[in-house]
Amino acid sequence: MAKSMLLISRQSPWGGPGAREALDIALAGGAYELPIGILFLDDGVFQLLPKQQPAAIEQKDLGANLQALPLFGVEDLYVCRQSLRLRSLDGQPLSLPVTPLEGPELANLLDRYDLVITL
Amino acid sequence: MKFAIALFSPPHAPSSRRALRFAEAVLAGGHEINRLFFYQDGVHNASGGVVTPQDEADLPAQWRAFVANHRLDAVVCIAAALRRGELNEEEAKRYGRTAVSVAPPWELSGLGQLHEAAQQADRLVCFGGA
Repeated sequence: MAKSMLLISRQSPWGGPGAREALDIALAGGAYELPIGILFLDDGVFQLLPKQQPAAIEQKDLGANLQALPLFGVEDLYVCRQSLRLRSLDGQPLSLPVTPLEGPELANLLDRYDLVITL
Repeated sequence: MKFAIALFSPPHAPSSRRALRFAEAVLAGGHEINRLFFYQDGVHNASGGVVTPQDEADLPAQWRAFVANHRLDAVVCIAAALRRGELNEEEAKRYGRTAVSVAPPWELSGLGQLHEAAQQADRLVCFGGA
């Protein structure tokens, strides 16, 4: 059986290529039909805000790649509620159906995966 | 035990040195490395263009010697490398660029190589992530 991989995505969408490159690992894994999950943590939660205007800073829309996740079979999506709360984003609409987790739920999530990559 | 090792940080980052020392220790301990995979700024560790002051550790040179001596499978993510100007001869020709900075023993390939290595190894160990 294929090993499962959790990607912990911690970088804001426009601070550099980090967020996009983390997402690319997930999409590549999905293309190979591997069981992949993503946890949006710390500044990574900013990737989930809808209606961003990356063209204003001459960036490509990361949202399109995020929306592609379900098409690639990557549907286990989680967000750290504490990270949302610290950024006053708790309760805001998000661009993907993510499961909010906090405290011991996060530890349990990590336990469930065979492989973890934090980017 | 079989290890896949992924590196995400540039050569001047402490985590790149730690990754190399870890890789050396893996082999010294009688274990196996099924693949090294360099991604994000880690691709610069495969660069032949880095010039390090004489009294500092030349990580790209140390990686190159380590990979060559042990005939390791060493993959640099092609998309991450192109974006950062680390091209082998084939890619430089393809995109009409004058500079070639990646040469064997390094191979440019895709992210599928990271997944394949992680699936086949007993452990995936990452260095230099966020």
